[in-house]
Amino acid sequence: MSGYMSGILSILAINIIFAYGIFLAVATGQLNLGGAGFQAVGAYAAAYLTATFGLSVPLTLLFGVVLAGLVGVAIAFPILRTKGVYLVLATFAFAEVITGAILNSEELGGAMGISVPAYVDWYVPVIMAVCVIGFVFYVMSTRFGLAMRAIHDDEQVSDLMGVSIRGVKVVAFGIGAALAGLSGGLYAVSYSYVEVQSFNALLSIYVLLYVLLGGTQTAWGPLVGATFFTILPEVLRDALPALKTAVVGLFGDADNVAPPDESWRFVILGLMTILMMVIRPEGLVTRTMVENLQFWKKGATSARREVTEG
Amino acid sequence: MLEVENLDVTYGRTRAVKSVSLTVGEGEIVTVLGANGAGKTSLLRALQGAVRPSGGRIRFNGRDLTAQSPAARVRDGMVLVPEGRQIFVSMTVEENLLMGAYLRKDASVDRDIASIYERFPNLAERRYASASSLSGGEQQMLAIGRALVSRPRLIMLDEPSLGLSPLFVERLFTLLGDLNKDGIGILLVEQNTTMALDIAARGYVLELGTNVLEDTAEALASNTALTEAYLGGHGETATEEPARLA
Repeated sequence: MSGYMSGILSILAINIIFAYGIFLAVATGQLNLGGAGFQAVGAYAAAYLTATFGLSVPLTLLFGVVLAGLVGVAIAFPILRTKGVYLVLATFAFAEVITGAILNSEELGGAMGISVPAYVDWYVPVIMAVCVIGFVFYVMSTRFGLAMRAIHDDEQVSDLMGVSIRGVKVVAFGIGAALAGLSGGLYAVSYSYVEVQSFNALLSIYVLLYVLLGGTQTAWGPLVGATFFTILPEVLRDALPALKTAVVGLFGDADNVAPPDESWRFVILGLMTILMMVIRPEGLVTRTMVENLQFWKKGATSARREVTEG
Repeated sequence: MLEVENLDVTYGRTRAVKSVSLTVGEGEIVTVLGANGAGKTSLLRALQGAVRPSGGRIRFNGRDLTAQSPAARVRDGMVLVPEGRQIFVSMTVEENLLMGAYLRKDASVDRDIASIYERFPNLAERRYASASSLSGGEQQMLAIGRALVSRPRLIMLDEPSLGLSPLFVERLFTLLGDLNKDGIGILLVEQNTTMALDIAARGYVLELGTNVLEDTAEALASNTALTEAYLGGHGETATEEPARLA
């Protein structure tokens, strides 16, 4: 496999895990705009422990997960007292605090970052991503997952049914933070280098977009959202020059086309984001869509049965 | 079974419920009547623990529940069917019923859900359909079914007939009668005065948060001065606003 392909697979797997971390918070009605903060915790835990103590990769990943999860639970208590836009701002501020602290810490390399004396191939994040996908689908099928969806639907009525709103939210937020930490740890050992500038506000926004645009009603959403928005810029890398050549070609001079500026990819990405929000505000994958697909399958089998019986 | 003493509910500086006392006996149907803004919904919310009363006492089967969570009340056998039949719209019919059994850990939940389907064949047909696809009347049946899965000894209903077609109102009150025959106590808050007094044994009338009258249902039903003064006459149900559909 080419280095380019394996690089894409790694970042795709990392983005999927990251998106599931944010999904668990969003699925209980909490918009988490602090994703980069939790990812940074995991990434720096892995990087620091490898570089300073020479711990093995599985051990450093585990530390990153546990640390990010603990930080998540610890800040969930104060942060989840806030609601709506205040919750979004509080999580955002949390991420700024984390990255600010790292930037000012000599021990963690400050603005220089840490180079990580460990490396994993693309299949490690991919296998982890498969495990995470299975885990989140499992969680959503349990009584706990049902309670998460109930809270997303209607907090007041969930309360009447005896759901511990605070408890479910804190646990979901904490597990989500742990997954974001895992994605950070994998990032550190896949790229063998971490610098705090890559865990910026834009990253938090992107991962939240993956989740919101993919759809928050089912566990398929983050998978589809993260995959779509990770692959799209790569596809545009080739498609965009071809498009420009074709458009200019309409006016004759197709042979002397300068390749379009890189930034056009992000213009298109932004436009698609706006379009999605207008056309499909519940996200790409909705519960009705998943149900229809299942009905379609059931319908097909029952139709077959009718044919054989009739 | 349920004893409420001098209950106060305050929102900021507004006292929505002022020193209301009422009782519901084992297996009894009791109705609370009153015009809009009389404090009926606030009373029910306090009874279920969704708001903390600012004064008074709530006892259920001898246990003081005033400071307990809604979960504790559901465990003890009190359940509220909220106004506007607030079902979980992103869930299937079956998942809604499972939410009613959220606090139960015993193995007979499946059997209870099966008995709900026997009671409401419409729901059985649609068990894997999205709850939001049900009609208003079916949603009300689902909300009641969901409450029943928690195995209540007292079921409290907030304006269950609001926005239902006459046919479904008829079915609703038949259902309440059936539930009562099974020994479940019912606290019914209604604007449909005639039907409520018809089914209830006793009734209370609230006005501006205070309990202004308390009598047997028969006596209240024959009290025409009451219906005109506090409840705005018999024609009221026909002019009600349409129900909120979740």
